[in-house]
Amino acid sequence: MRLTIDGRSVEAVPGQTVLDAARAAGIYIPALCYHPKTGKAGRCRACVVEVEGMRGLKESCALEAKDGMVVHTATPKVMETRRLVVDLLLAEGHHNCISCQANSSCELQDMVYHLGVERPSFLIESEPTPLDLSSPGIVREADKCIHCGRCVEACQNGVVNEVLAFAYRGSHAKVVCDDDVPMGESTCVQCGECVQVCPVGALVLKQPRDVRIRPHETTATKVTCPYCGVGCQIDLHTKDNRYVFAMAHEGQWEKQPNKGMLCIKGRFGLDFVDSPDRLRTPLIRRDGELQEATWDEALDLVAERLKATKEQHGADSIGFFTSAKVTNEENYALGRFARAVIGTNNIDHCARL
Amino acid sequence: MAGLAATLGSGAMTNSMEEVLKAKVILVIGSNTTWNHPVFGSLIKQAVKHHGAKLIVCDPRRIDLVKIADVWLQQRNGSDVALLSGLQHIILREGWEAKQYIQERCEGYDEYRQAIEFYTPEKVEELTGVKAADLEAAARLYATSGVAALYYCMGITQHSHGVDNVKACVNLALITGNLGVEGGGVNPLRGQNNVQGACDMGGLPNVFTGYQPVTNAAAVEKFSKYWNAPLSDKVGLTLTQMIPACGEAIRMLYIMGENPMVSDPNLHHVEESLRKLDFLVVQDIFLTETARLADVVLPGVSFAEKLGTISNTERRVQLSNPALTPRGNVRQDYEIIADLATRFGHTFPRTPAGLFQEIRDLTPSYAGITYDRIRDVGIQWPCPTTEHPGTRFLHAGKFARGLALLTPIAYKPPAEEPDGKYDLVLSTGRIYEHFHTGSMTRRSSILDAVVRTGHVEIHPELASKHGISTGDQVAVATRRGRIVTTALVTERVARGSIFVPFHFAEAAANTLTNDALDPVAKIPEFKVCAARLERVSGCGC
Repeated sequence: MRLTIDGRSVEAVPGQTVLDAARAAGIYIPALCYHPKTGKAGRCRACVVEVEGMRGLKESCALEAKDGMVVHTATPKVMETRRLVVDLLLAEGHHNCISCQANSSCELQDMVYHLGVERPSFLIESEPTPLDLSSPGIVREADKCIHCGRCVEACQNGVVNEVLAFAYRGSHAKVVCDDDVPMGESTCVQCGECVQVCPVGALVLKQPRDVRIRPHETTATKVTCPYCGVGCQIDLHTKDNRYVFAMAHEGQWEKQPNKGMLCIKGRFGLDFVDSPDRLRTPLIRRDGELQEATWDEALDLVAERLKATKEQHGADSIGFFTSAKVTNEENYALGRFARAVIGTNNIDHCARL
Repeated sequence: MAGLAATLGSGAMTNSMEEVLKAKVILVIGSNTTWNHPVFGSLIKQAVKHHGAKLIVCDPRRIDLVKIADVWLQQRNGSDVALLSGLQHIILREGWEAKQYIQERCEGYDEYRQAIEFYTPEKVEELTGVKAADLEAAARLYATSGVAALYYCMGITQHSHGVDNVKACVNLALITGNLGVEGGGVNPLRGQNNVQGACDMGGLPNVFTGYQPVTNAAAVEKFSKYWNAPLSDKVGLTLTQMIPACGEAIRMLYIMGENPMVSDPNLHHVEESLRKLDFLVVQDIFLTETARLADVVLPGVSFAEKLGTISNTERRVQLSNPALTPRGNVRQDYEIIADLATRFGHTFPRTPAGLFQEIRDLTPSYAGITYDRIRDVGIQWPCPTTEHPGTRFLHAGKFARGLALLTPIAYKPPAEEPDGKYDLVLSTGRIYEHFHTGSMTRRSSILDAVVRTGHVEIHPELASKHGISTGDQVAVATRRGRIVTTALVTERVARGSIFVPFHFAEAAANTLTNDALDPVAKIPEFKVCAARLERVSGCGC
């Protein structure tokens, strides 16, 4: 089916929202509380549009696309509403892009930029709330929170860890951990899903080394998590050939085994790749000590000993441990080596351990 | 896997993880899912919270899933066959079994039915410690709620009768008609990212890729022709058989990416064995406890530096991309193997794509999978052709084996039970924050900061009897070894039991564990052995 958005004919599938259809067609509609993984929330009113034949402004994140629908995303009325949304958020919080870890990956910043808001209309002076640095992996900055509810929804109903919730009323309303304790003292299990869905810089990852790198500086590569068998798809963010941070891969997240989620190990357990303990050269034991060697020395020695052992004691005197931690291709290669080159079926791995 | 293969014809998770959202009742046994497969744990919690699934948890420990369980059966360590058979006894007594399904799709019913007679609720209560009323409630829930999914992990398999445990799971699913249906199944959760793939690729002593037996003449001929080399048709030794044979039948070991010096049972014995070898080669990314014993260490690369496929617990083959360029004088693991093969006059493919092509040529279940098809989303085997969409759940309509086998199972106690001298039951496992031998997680700064070293879980009653508080240093001793570690007093563990995570080489749980093996699967009994707590000078215990 087709609908018209800002004069353009756009393809949509049944059940798709106007917001998703517009975004799929490359038309920008801001949305602060809506996230594909947490669904519509109807809190922010940033995504409002006008639809011909419908009264008032409609939230595009909750509006199902219908064949023949005519949608306008940038009418004066829409823009005025969005500007008010942004103005109020800027007034209420402490949004300082210059020093924010989320700079360049902030949906509020994008929205402000698109609306061309140079300076906010209202200013409320308030005492800054201290950062919550209590958690090993996550920094919380309450003054940057826009109360969109994505983190609460994700924690309560996505990962179902049920730590984050809204508490208090009116202008005191805020997101809390358990009974309003610091995150590090709460039942939080550091899965980082709240950071993954936070549209602003209210929830950010601590970085493993003493680095300050923001998301726009990194390159993301899709990898499979090296830990358990779920096979989570991870975007590994790197800079200058170094690991920086990990996010769940959200491309086609509904079809991925991890549905865009991670646990503490996938989120925070990958900087071992840059460990100074990594082996960087072959080693050969000489005079009882492992000493650096060239590849030719090491491989020649291994080949020579394999040949000698086979000759003296037979192929079945040699055993191979392949690995549940390497790829299929590498497992296949070692299997072929054991069977076709050496001639033994003595090959196994730690499946039982 | 041996238990699944023998009864159903295929040793893999039968259904997909996301199908848990379609199950009406979920039985989790021997899996601390929210710690060891946390993302799948979230899917279970979603199923219970949003889709109204009923949850039965069978575990000696009060794992986190117990909080949301409809029924928790706290069986004694090692009594799973009795527990699972007790559920079946009640189901058959009440006539809740899927009669037509059993008739059409199973064999061995009569013998099986006779064996089940033994497991009366009273008998099961005596063997497992689970109250008959709780067992009745669980049986009713499992058999009468609709499609039922069963998930298990090492709590089922790591026993001297692990294969029996698996067969008991299969029996339960079979008599209720829960195999070959969406949302059901018997599902082993694999604990390492490519343990499924390592098995699929023939990283086992009895099979080539795709579980083609090395004892099958046609398979031997096929592989021999493709590889252009004569092949042995004699089943090889398992890892747990090779280690004790070191210095005798086994003279040389080549270990790629494994750390048996932390992961294997009865570590004192492992070290002794490895030292008896004429020559030890270790290919790894760290100088692990095992690599320290090697004669040659070959530096490979980490997951983040390589291209290749990895098969997850639900048989999904996914492509992982290189995010970093290897630093230093290291080589890709497949290059190292190819370089060695060259020294024997064999030519191996020198790219992952070249190797994957060989895998496809030789392995019918992988034949339809190409790098291009799985660039964005993986495909679940079996996938025989490039048009085939992959297989979400196995055994639809027909079992890989033809008819599924119902197996009569006699109850066997664990190989070692508590006695006067060693009065406690010790089990080992993983914790949420660390992984396996710790070689990766303990070098990750944040995880290391969260949990720096090992501990032993002790029930408050036991702790107060010994005057132990959380944080005290205590010693745990078995007939095989002794470690000193930190006490964690918690109701998570049962009275009379203790739990030690095995990630920590400095207080290695596996110096304690029993290397008694399952006679078929050769898996060690990590989940039960007899132990005692001992005083450490300077502490009050």
